[in-house]
Amino acid sequence: MGRYILGRLISAIPVLLGITVIVFLIMALIPGDPATAILGSYATPENVEKLNRDLGLDKPLVAQYFIWLGNMLQGDFGTSFSLNRPVIDEVLERFNGTLILAGTSFVICSVLGIMAGVISAANQYGWADKGITFVVLLGISIPSFFLGMMMILFFSVNLRIFPVSGMWPIYGTRDIWALLNHLVLPASALAVVATGVIARLSRSAMLEVLRQDFIRTARAKGVNERGVIWRHALKAAMVSIIPVLGIQAGFVLSGAVYIEIVFQWPGVGRMLVDAILKRDILLVQGGVVFVAACYVLFNIVVDVAQSLLDPRIKT
Amino acid sequence: MSLFSFTRRGLLAAGTALALTVGTLTGAQAQTPPGVLIVGQIAEPKALDPAAVTAVNDFRILMNVYDGLVRYKDGTLEVEPALATDWTISEDGTEYTFDLREGVSFHDGSPFNADAVKFNFERMLNEDHPYHDTGPFPLAFFFSAVETIEVVDDLTVKFTLNAPYAPFLSNLAYPTGLIVSPAAVEQHGSDFGRNPSGTGPFTFAEWRSNEAVVIEGNPDYWGGAPDLQAVVFRPITDANTRTAEMLAGGIDLMVEVPPVALSEFQGAEYTVHEQAGPHVWFLILNAKEGPFADKLVRQAANYAVNKTALVDDVLEGTAAVAAGPTPPAFAWAYNEDLEPYPYDPDKARALLAEAGAEGAELTFFVTEGGSGMLDPIAMGTAIQADLEAVGFDVTIETYEWNTFLGEVNPGLAGKADMAEMAWMTNDPDTLPFLALRTDAWPEAGGFNSGYYSNPKVDELLEAARVATDQDERARLYKEMQTIVQEDAPWVFVANWKQNAVTSDRVEGFSLQPSFFLLLDDVVKN
Repeated sequence: MGRYILGRLISAIPVLLGITVIVFLIMALIPGDPATAILGSYATPENVEKLNRDLGLDKPLVAQYFIWLGNMLQGDFGTSFSLNRPVIDEVLERFNGTLILAGTSFVICSVLGIMAGVISAANQYGWADKGITFVVLLGISIPSFFLGMMMILFFSVNLRIFPVSGMWPIYGTRDIWALLNHLVLPASALAVVATGVIARLSRSAMLEVLRQDFIRTARAKGVNERGVIWRHALKAAMVSIIPVLGIQAGFVLSGAVYIEIVFQWPGVGRMLVDAILKRDILLVQGGVVFVAACYVLFNIVVDVAQSLLDPRIKT
Repeated sequence: MSLFSFTRRGLLAAGTALALTVGTLTGAQAQTPPGVLIVGQIAEPKALDPAAVTAVNDFRILMNVYDGLVRYKDGTLEVEPALATDWTISEDGTEYTFDLREGVSFHDGSPFNADAVKFNFERMLNEDHPYHDTGPFPLAFFFSAVETIEVVDDLTVKFTLNAPYAPFLSNLAYPTGLIVSPAAVEQHGSDFGRNPSGTGPFTFAEWRSNEAVVIEGNPDYWGGAPDLQAVVFRPITDANTRTAEMLAGGIDLMVEVPPVALSEFQGAEYTVHEQAGPHVWFLILNAKEGPFADKLVRQAANYAVNKTALVDDVLEGTAAVAAGPTPPAFAWAYNEDLEPYPYDPDKARALLAEAGAEGAELTFFVTEGGSGMLDPIAMGTAIQADLEAVGFDVTIETYEWNTFLGEVNPGLAGKADMAEMAWMTNDPDTLPFLALRTDAWPEAGGFNSGYYSNPKVDELLEAARVATDQDERARLYKEMQTIVQEDAPWVFVANWKQNAVTSDRVEGFSLQPSFFLLLDDVVKN
């Protein structure tokens, strides 16, 4: 197992290097440069040239890439032009925000999705199954940013139960309740689609398992129905549900971009969108590399978890 | 079945309980406290160092923390004393001597004096200055005419320019000319932008990244302590979310309300503020080649576009029809006699026929959005329809803002016949000087992307820039506007009215034509 994990980690290195090259090239190739974005109306060629020199963007591309990569390997991600602070500080702070949002959302969609899938499968073609299927399809079909805006209108503007935006109250204590209060709407809006997908796939995974012999054996030896479903069948079905969870985790992470914009959540997705529009090259590069590294790491964790659950996967 | 009915009840109960407890127990939506004004801003500021930033968003905070030597008089774009109590300009217009206000201190306790003024401008302009590395200073060129800064005595400072330059005073009133504390720069170096210290009505208190910038009333302000205890600037980039926050009571003052959301604020609990600013939205026409090389065709385009419909319908009344190249906000330099081109499609068709340009094919550069561009896609398509109605054949090409600038600024030759553009300046000099002179063609480093050229206009603009007498400058600019309107190098479309909404708890607020946000007279109950 140790060797398997080590092998997976080593194989991630070329992937990450490839990502640095791609993100660097994309930022170098897209039209528009940071100096023009900063100067706006006053971007005369003379002013742009001077500012590019001040920002260190007048060096050849290859040199810029290796300077960036070298600094990054030493932990220095550079300084953001648009925020005037170290990229790594901003990315870590924002990533923390995204983790809280996406993490909560992921827990909600996993628990609700699997529960809904199991209930559906246990009552196949019954009205519970039909009801859940209907709700789930509705959830999958609503774009999350639209749902988010509707939730703001209903819960925040009309009922004034939850705050519209942000992660912390502007005034007052910053405790877990204050955070939860701000988290409920965005985390729910973000969880809806993934819940639906997980519910659909859990349902079919469960149905497959429920047809197998060991379930009949369990029933025959007198295990009660709840035990059959939740203990025996779900455990076996998890082998095919876990990879789905892994994919949905990525989906929740990328879906967070829209939700972060609608709810002004201080997360990494919103940061990247702002940074791209302002051509804040170092912030985009640093942010993307950081997120990609986390994504690669997460996939390794999922693979390892799966190999632990399913001995058929060679380690 | 039994399995489900159990769970359904459980789920329902759990869901409802969760929503109710979390919503109510976490202390419902606290009303914003009195004396503390919460402002919904459009973005996270870059820095609170006035020399280092360029965005109006950042200026809105800075103008309340710092003072300049001079400032714009309330409700106008005319210069009045601030940290300088008086000034004299030498006969030839190259020497400006300022008398400084006595007994003013920066928020960090260090004194404001002539040395501080010298430090500020040398930091921006002199590459050998020990604190020049706290930059870059993108707008330092506003003061590039400054040759030397001399400390005459503790409260007198003299600027010597390399040539007469009339916009100098107006540039000093711009945020780039705000005076920072030298002691604070020396202490914090390049972190000064996060630890600002000025002389203004509010002192910096706290900056929580991506959440809020907090400033507090300065009881020792030389102009009298402000009524507000504190102001909180919250960055809310999404306009819909900003609107929702305003409706939910999370903010007291919202800037840049989207036109479509204005109707939400008609009730008595809100006040909508409007103020025309030094902004002009226009179409650059390619006067070098293609159909618009002919003045008649350019005039035809001006007659063909229904500007009233654009500002009333597309922009929902958030702009006024522009008559010429200079915005009316520069009251002293604006030519009141100028009437906008009327909407007259028949006249446009007649001019096209006279020029023999019926059915001319046009390529039209449109942007998706950008600083001061209002609603560029909707405006672009409406303009396309108007032009096609009189017999042009218009193809739109749409670009993201930075890409758009990269296409338009180097000149339209060989690429397009017309392009959208908008400018906002702090003086009436900059825009025509950079965008209408022959010497401002793109290859010469200017923004005259449509290659307009009229020697008389060049002469007037050069003269107005060096004249120090305001009446003389006004005469020159008024004549320039008449000629430019007749020559029609642009289609003159709109002057944006900036808007803001305040809740009924806010009193004493008004928008400024400079588009800055001045909060020292605001009261919140």
